[in-house]
Amino acid sequence: MNRYPLWKYLFILLVLVAGLIYTLPNFFGESPAVQVSPLRSSMKADTALLDRTAAALKAANLAPEILTLDGNSIKARFADTDQQLKAKDVLHAQLGEDYVVALNLLPRSPRWLTDLHALPMYLGLDLRGGVHFLLQVDMKAALDKALESSSGEFRNTLREQNIAYSGVTQDGKQIVIRFRDEATRSKAQNELHIRYADYEFRNKQEGSDFLLQASLLPVAERKIQDSAVQQNLLTLRNRVNELGVAEPVIQQQGADRVVVQLPGVQDTARAKDILGRTATLEVRMVDEEHSVTPGAAAPFGTDMFRDREGNTLLVKKQVILTGERINDAQPGFDNRNNEPTVNIALDGIGARKFKDATRENVGKRMAIILFEKGRGEVVTAPVIREEIGGGRVQISGRMTSEEAQNTSLLLRAGALAAPMEIVEERTVGPSLGADNIQRGFNSTKIGFILIGIFMVAYYLMFGAISVVALGANLLLLVALLSMMQATLTLPGMAGIALTLGMAIDANVLINERIREELRNGITPQAAIHAGYDNAFATILDSNITNLIAGIALFAFGSGPVKGFAVVLCLGILTSMFSAVLVSRAMVNLTYGRRARLSKVSIG
Amino acid sequence: MELFKIKQDIPFMSYGKLTTSISLVTFLLAVFFLFTKGLNFGVDFTGGTVLEVHYSKAADLNQVRERLTSIGLHDALVQNFGSSHDVKIEIPLKQNKAGAKLSDQVMQTLHTASSDVTLRRVEFVGPQVGKDLVENGAMALLLVSLGIVGYLWLRFEWKFGLSAIIANLHDVVIILGFFAFFQWEFSLTVLAAVLAVLGYSVNESVVVFDRIRENFRKMRQATTEQIIDNAITRTMSRTIITHGCTQMMVGAMLFMGGETLHYFAMALTIGILFSIYSSVLVASPLLIMFGVSREDFIKPEKVEAEEVLP
Repeated sequence: MNRYPLWKYLFILLVLVAGLIYTLPNFFGESPAVQVSPLRSSMKADTALLDRTAAALKAANLAPEILTLDGNSIKARFADTDQQLKAKDVLHAQLGEDYVVALNLLPRSPRWLTDLHALPMYLGLDLRGGVHFLLQVDMKAALDKALESSSGEFRNTLREQNIAYSGVTQDGKQIVIRFRDEATRSKAQNELHIRYADYEFRNKQEGSDFLLQASLLPVAERKIQDSAVQQNLLTLRNRVNELGVAEPVIQQQGADRVVVQLPGVQDTARAKDILGRTATLEVRMVDEEHSVTPGAAAPFGTDMFRDREGNTLLVKKQVILTGERINDAQPGFDNRNNEPTVNIALDGIGARKFKDATRENVGKRMAIILFEKGRGEVVTAPVIREEIGGGRVQISGRMTSEEAQNTSLLLRAGALAAPMEIVEERTVGPSLGADNIQRGFNSTKIGFILIGIFMVAYYLMFGAISVVALGANLLLLVALLSMMQATLTLPGMAGIALTLGMAIDANVLINERIREELRNGITPQAAIHAGYDNAFATILDSNITNLIAGIALFAFGSGPVKGFAVVLCLGILTSMFSAVLVSRAMVNLTYGRRARLSKVSIG
Repeated sequence: MELFKIKQDIPFMSYGKLTTSISLVTFLLAVFFLFTKGLNFGVDFTGGTVLEVHYSKAADLNQVRERLTSIGLHDALVQNFGSSHDVKIEIPLKQNKAGAKLSDQVMQTLHTASSDVTLRRVEFVGPQVGKDLVENGAMALLLVSLGIVGYLWLRFEWKFGLSAIIANLHDVVIILGFFAFFQWEFSLTVLAAVLAVLGYSVNESVVVFDRIRENFRKMRQATTEQIIDNAITRTMSRTIITHGCTQMMVGAMLFMGGETLHYFAMALTIGILFSIYSSVLVASPLLIMFGVSREDFIKPEKVEAEEVLP
């Protein structure tokens, strides 16, 4: 009656052994390591780089415990932090600017465990220390910018087609074009409609003016916003690489937010400076028709900006290029007079637009404007000497080589497609993180011991079996968390403690049921059988209600709460397995074989 | 060892009037405090900046306040946190013009006054994030409630689902009432604890309900009251022991888990205590009020199957 077939014992044993193996890495701790990864995503870490790294370390008499190529980075583990720091300096000097050399920690577990992909649990920032930022992308600005650049394109098209218009203005989310008569308007509408599929055109009459209102289609609007977020993600990645963080997390969250997590970063001010550099770049023409009157508002169709020396400059509203079109920018020197320059490479669309603009504006000045927090500053305003094709642009004039260096870095790191703002920050110092781990671990340990003592005292043998089952539950839960590499946060640790406290319920239910059946006077073997059978439906019901709460928490929780929800859900699953199957297997092994069982030890 | 050797069923249902009035009074008190005092929402929900700094010697709070005032932060709340070396600084959102940069400014100015200060933790939450979190929290509460009612309806009967959720929302309101009365900080973690309590204490009602259903099938002569009394008495031992065990774990967190886990564990403690009470003495009288009867479970063939068991 109380016997499992052999395969069932073997299955349970197998699960427990697997659980043990995947829990093991958590006991070995971590060693200091150095991680080398390419700065740009177009470059790959390969065996050649591995050889270079190995040679550089050998030349400096440094012997890494492990040196491997892992994904797109090379990791070298050292015995102590002295060697780690030395190795970082050596590698930084040897490999040059194209690679990021970051300090990291690597698990100290033996190789066979690592080969099984058995890794320690992935600790959240509140446990290992670091910075968490949530950035909000300003979608309205992204749309405004798109509308502004479209306005310019509309003007160009109408001019090219020789269609007379009396004005193009931006009104909220619409572009309004004015015409003197209806025939011109319908001609314009036809021309624009063919060229700009992203827009919807509507007619309107206002006094003697014939208006054409253009508004973005919802699909196009979404596309602009998506690409703005994508562009910002890419830019952030480049900027974070500059910080040299070992395992940064940069992810989109929701429609318009970006999460940046920088484990181990302590200098939050620098991190914020580099991330929050909400710079966007625009190339526009300098307006030379009007003269600057200090204090007065900028004439219609122009903006007023200052350059680095503090001179005021009038610049046309129409945007020729934005920073998105810049592929690369490097400092250099002019061949002719050896002046410092910034050499820019544009992408295809950028090259075409630039060619058109320079052809039409030879002899005029062009301004490169850097926008930071809504305020623009003219970085440089060179004169266009000739038509520039091919997308290679050289900017020179009145620059020191350091300025050239800075400008090109700014251009290269990529401007943001839309401004971003930090809307949430959570920084945890490393000492607090270590304290949190200690506290979470200690309270779980004490709670477990208390429950263990009580269960054994109250239910004797069955209590001991329940405690072993609870231990199996803990083992499996930690193994699952390690296997899935789910982020463990402090609330997650609280979740482990809580699920253990709740998991004992199943065993209490079973043990109470067995006692009750024994009291009703049936034989011990039958009582054990009936106890497990009758309790199962109740255990299932109560766990499902818990699971409902856990799933809702997961769906709507954010950050640390999500970590709690993951642990809660996984804990419910493992507790079902351990409380029912593992404890039953042990009871069967202890009592099931005896044909004549007159008494069981259940208190 | 056996703590609960009860021969006779305890007539819980005859105390119905008393227990209902007790829970009504606690419930109304909780609602009263929620409205008059309100919850002391943490920075997660209201937005603002919290800094936790550590001094190597006992911190001089007045000096910290002075420094903060000197950079224009008059309303900053400065207090010791855990020990005399640790200081917690809370700056409301409306004073914060620098956004995320504020924490750097504060650290800089504190550093000029005394160089042994180290940063332990910073939380900055902007206004939009706080609003989202409140909305998501409310949504989670609603979904959990609906999910549980739905599941119990499916598994038992609508009467069970409804009484369980009323009893347990009553627990939730009482936990919130405690947080309002003592003005303990209500953070995201506490919200997680409250939702976990909802799942956990429904579990308690489910155990009693399971027994009630079983009794309806087995005890064919008994009245509904007797059936419920028997079910509660039979499961009482398990109820106390299970909750005792969970509370041991939660107690360990309450005393050893540090500040972050303290209020999390506090919410759980209150939730556990009241869920024992409410699932026995609130859910069951409600069940009678909704008119539960044997007819709700007429499934003759199943009754026979149960009865041939030893």
